[in-house]
Formats: sequence, C-alpha cells, structure tokens
Amino acid sequence: MSGSDASTPARSDANPDRGSPRSGGSAGRAALFREGWLLVLPALVVLCAVMAYPLASIAVRSISQPEWGLQNYAWFFGTPVNLTVLQRTFTISAWVTVVCVLCAYPYAYVMTVVGPTLRVVLILCVMVPFWVSGVVRTLSWVLLLQDSGAINSALRGLGLPPVRLIRTQTGVVIGMAQVLLPFMILPMYSVMKGIDLRLVQAARSLGARPSRAFFSVYLPLSLPGVYAGAIIVFILALGFYITPALLGGPRSTMLSTLVQTQVLSLLQWGRGGAMGVVLLVATLVLLALAAPLMRQRHKKTGAR
Amino acid sequence: MATAVPTLGRGAAIGIRSVSKHYGGFAALSDVSLHIEPGEFMTFLGPSGSGKTTTLNLIAGFTDISGGHLDVGGKSVVGVPAHKRNIGVVFQHYALFPHMTVGGNVAYPLSLRRVPAAERTERVKRALEMVKMTDFAHRYPSELSGGQQQRVALARAIVFDPPLLLMDEPLGALDKKLREWLQLEIKRIHRELGTTFVYVTHDQEEALVLSDRIAVFNGGRVEQIGTGRQLYDEPATLFVGRFIGDSTVLRGAARSDGTGTALTIAGETVVTDKRLSGGGVPVMLIRPEKLRLQRRSATGAGDGLNRLAGRISEVIYLGSGSKYEVELADGSTAIVRSPLGDESFAIGDPVDLLFSPADAKLLADDRSADTTLT
Repeated sequence: MSGSDASTPARSDANPDRGSPRSGGSAGRAALFREGWLLVLPALVVLCAVMAYPLASIAVRSISQPEWGLQNYAWFFGTPVNLTVLQRTFTISAWVTVVCVLCAYPYAYVMTVVGPTLRVVLILCVMVPFWVSGVVRTLSWVLLLQDSGAINSALRGLGLPPVRLIRTQTGVVIGMAQVLLPFMILPMYSVMKGIDLRLVQAARSLGARPSRAFFSVYLPLSLPGVYAGAIIVFILALGFYITPALLGGPRSTMLSTLVQTQVLSLLQWGRGGAMGVVLLVATLVLLALAAPLMRQRHKKTGAR
Repeated sequence: MATAVPTLGRGAAIGIRSVSKHYGGFAALSDVSLHIEPGEFMTFLGPSGSGKTTTLNLIAGFTDISGGHLDVGGKSVVGVPAHKRNIGVVFQHYALFPHMTVGGNVAYPLSLRRVPAAERTERVKRALEMVKMTDFAHRYPSELSGGQQQRVALARAIVFDPPLLLMDEPLGALDKKLREWLQLEIKRIHRELGTTFVYVTHDQEEALVLSDRIAVFNGGRVEQIGTGRQLYDEPATLFVGRFIGDSTVLRGAARSDGTGTALTIAGETVVTDKRLSGGGVPVMLIRPEKLRLQRRSATGAGDGLNRLAGRISEVIYLGSGSKYEVELADGSTAIVRSPLGDESFAIGDPVDLLFSPADAKLLADDRSADTTLT
C-alpha cells in the first residue's frame, strides 16, 4: 500500500513531460528514467533479498568459517576429487548443451514452418515438462533407464544386448537434456521465426544446392538463437542437483552434490561456500569468453 | 563501358508450351504457351493471382510444372533443380543475405561456382560498377535504402553472367520517383548485357516503359502477347483493352449487319465498321485520345462521327493537357484526353462526345481468351 502511495505523486509529476517525449530534452528523459526505475524497483528488491544477500553471505562464509582465511579454497584446490568433480560438472554440462542443441535445432525449425495448429501442439509439448515436478520427471527417467527398465526391455525384445544407462554419465546427460530442452528450443524458435525463408530460395537461385544454402545462409542467421539457448542451458546444467543425484552414480557426481554433502551432512558451510564461489567465478569467466562471439554475431545480422 | 559487356548477345530463349500448374484442385496456370527470344525484354503483366509470378517461379525452378514443356536455352529444364538452372533472380523483397556485406552478397554466386579469388574480386567490382554501388561494398544490407538494396540484388543476380534474368516485381516496394529512375537503369543494364530479361509487374506503365514485348496474364491464362503498342492499339480481349491504358467501354443493345455493328445506348445509336467474329455480346472500347468533346449547344463538325450526350463529372489537369471524365446518359463513365490548347470544360458542363466509327474497337463482353476481331 505504502509503495503505491509513494509512486503516485511521482507518476503524476512525470505526466506533463511524457506528453512530449520527443521534444523534451533531459527533463523528459529524467522523468522517463524515474518511472522506469520505479517499475523495476520491486524486482530489484526481491533480487537483492533472495540473491545478493545469500550470495554475499556464502562468499563471506567461504573465507570466514571456521576461521578467517583462504583455507577453504586451499582445501578445494588441494583435494583431487574436487577438481575431478569440477571438471566433470563442466564436461557433463557441455554434453547436455550439445545434446540439447542437436535435439532442439530441428524441432525449433519445424515449429517455424508448420501451420498454426500444429505449432500450438509443438509448443505445448515443449511446455509440458515445466508443469511436471522435476523429481517426478527424473523418477520417470529412472523407470525408463534402469537395468530392467523400458529401454533395456525393448532392447532385449529386439535381441540386442542391454546397455547400462542408470548411474552412468550417459544417463545423467539424457535426463538433464530432457529437463533443459525447453530452454534451448524457445530462444532458438524466437530467432528462427524471424529468418526469412525466401533467403534460402534466393541462395538456391544463385546456385547453392540445398545443403550449401542451409550452411551458408540459414545456419549463420540462426546462430544467435543457438548461442542464447546454449548459454542458458549450460549455466543451468552447471548447478543441477536432483537429476544427477537420482540418475547418476558415484562416478557421475556433480559439484552441487558435493556442496550438499559438505553443507548438510558435514555442516562445513565454509567449504560449501568456497565451492559455490568457484563455480560462480568459472561460469562468469566462461560468459565473458562467449560474450564477444555473440556481440559480433549481432552486428553481423544487422540488428541495428 | 566497353569492359562491362562480356556477355553481349548471350541471352537464352525460353519456350513455354502448354504449361499448367495445379495446387490441389486449384489451377494456378492452365495451358500457357509463349516463346521468348534470346536477349528479349519480356514482361509478364497482370493483376495479382493471374499466374504471372507462378510462371516466373516455374522458370526459376522454385516449383515444378504440373504439365507441358519448359525449355530454357533450347534444353528442357523440367525436373532440373533451381540451383542447377543458372538463372539470375531478383525478388521484390530484395532477399539480400543480412549477415554478409554488399561485396559478400555479390561474391556469393561466384564462390559457389569456385571462381578464383582474383577473378571474383574483379567481377564483383564490375557488377557493382554496373549498378553504381561500388562505394558500398563494405556495408551491410541493413545500412542501405530499399533502392540501394535492390541494386545490390541486381548486381548479385548478374555477376555470374546468367543467360536469363528473372525479376519479380523488383520495384514494387519503392516510391514512384525512385521506381522511374530504376526502370531506366534496368533498361540500360539490359541493353549492356544482352541477357534475356523476364520481368513481372502489375503496373502497366512500368511494363510499357521497359518491355520489348508484354504477355498479359489473367486468371491463370495468357490473354495476349505483343508489343506495348499492339496491346494498346489492338487489344485481343476486353480485359487487355481495359488493363493497358485508359479506355471507355460502351455497352448497349447491339445489332450487326454486313457493314458493321450498331450499339444503342440510352436512346442514342453509335456505329462501327467492325463485326464480332466469335460469339459473345459486343461492346465498344475507345481510347481516351480518340474521343473529342464538344459543347452541347455547338452544331456541325459531327459529320460521319458518332455522337453521345454526356456531362463532365471530373477534370484532371495533366500539364500536357487535360483528362475529363464524362458521365453518359446510361450512367457509365467515358474518359477523354484532350491536348493543351483545346477548348476547356468545367465540371457539370453538358457536352457531346464525338468519335470516329473506325476508332472504336469491338470486343466481346466476357473474359474468354479466344475472341478475335474481324
């Protein structure tokens, strides 16, 4: 209530300025800024409360518990198993990203070319996983992947040798890719639906066979969507907990499981915090490396 | 410009014989036949949905014909995919690749053909020179205006020296001034290249400016093929007569005998020396410059001329003369063009409309394509 009281006078002050946003110089822009600022304020408050504060507290704990110093980081980098798990976390996330790109690309493309009815069906198929609890979905993967599960029964039925999927990295990648697929499909779709398919026809008329027209025209134009989806999926995959915990075995543990063990089982908040900070820094470094790649693509597609 | 004419006289002939195209039960083209000479500038003219773009797409190879024969350069191209036809295509929507520079766009067909780098640079430069876009080679398409983009698209379509260039309403998205200037540019490029050009438009003025010959499409058929002058002076069908240029159509009770045909319109009778050979209800079509206006009170000067009473309903000043719309007694409208210096009239003036029996075309009042004149 008090929030809306505070914003009302500010908004009515700004109204005369907003009447002539083009003619107004700094005054109009300042009013616009004030309003825009008010609009993002609630989100900003929530973000500070649920993100910035816990994050800062974790960072502080990592250098203050059980005593001040860098001993938690020394422990992390001095313990080989931690480094193995860190590396594995990145490897699994990379595989998940690759699987998602390969599955999502044709799916998103088909979404752009089908009729409106079929498109709604395809979008629903993408969204359904969002409406089912992650635990339930992962448990259904357990049923499918386990040694006596549906996949191995089918293989046996066809006279093929069974494959070991549950408690392997492959199983983890399959389960995570399925959960994360929507985050890949939706950004890809939004970019692809803006690509003019007549450009491909133009390439054909200039002498490009279909595969060449795809690789030289369609693929480059769709890459911004691929990058956007890949970054979202990769970063979400780095922090995955439930799926690797349920589908994985000891040889497919990811960093989040180690954090959980340190914090909840051993009550080592400092060590858990250090792991979190390492993962965060590694992610930021990776983003920084990927950023110029994306910026260049945007310039080239002429989104200006 | 001696260096810029490497392909002079290298245009391909196109033979279209009894070609049809069906989409499900819908016939987009039925039994179209036409021949295009090497190096000719042929325009497909017609309203939207008349089949002109469909025909262009069949030649380009974007869709397959449902029946008939289609030859380019003397060889059948039925079943040949678009990328193997070696035909340049310019689209209304430019279709430049947004992720490539102007130079990259123009070089694209050359790199597909594995043209060595040095020669590629030279040919890109030459093509850009031809469309006067040399200074823009390093820009991206999004940094160009519509007219500039279309010139780049034209350079890209001619850089690989195709014997045939197809243009699908290339100037449709541009404003009038720019369109008129680019029409002349396209004409110049056609002259310099000697390539066969096939141009699709719904704008009859554009067709008249550009073309050696025009094929008028209507309802998936070709109504008439001829030079602009032939189509204007001797339209084969009422559709062609009305589509090309302004015209006045007179309808009335018709009576034919050995000497000609008479139409009675709201009590007044006009005659022509022509008779309709085929079936159908005869109507008269008269071009605006063949009609003369005279004040109602005036007498004489009408000997041997047809005379219809009317009233001026619109006056349009054209600079070089005036265009009048005249409402006739039966409610129809006649269009009259009178040169500068003729007596001028105001809206509401009662007038007589005069025309020679020889200047009236007699056409069948339906859309059948096989009506001919005697």
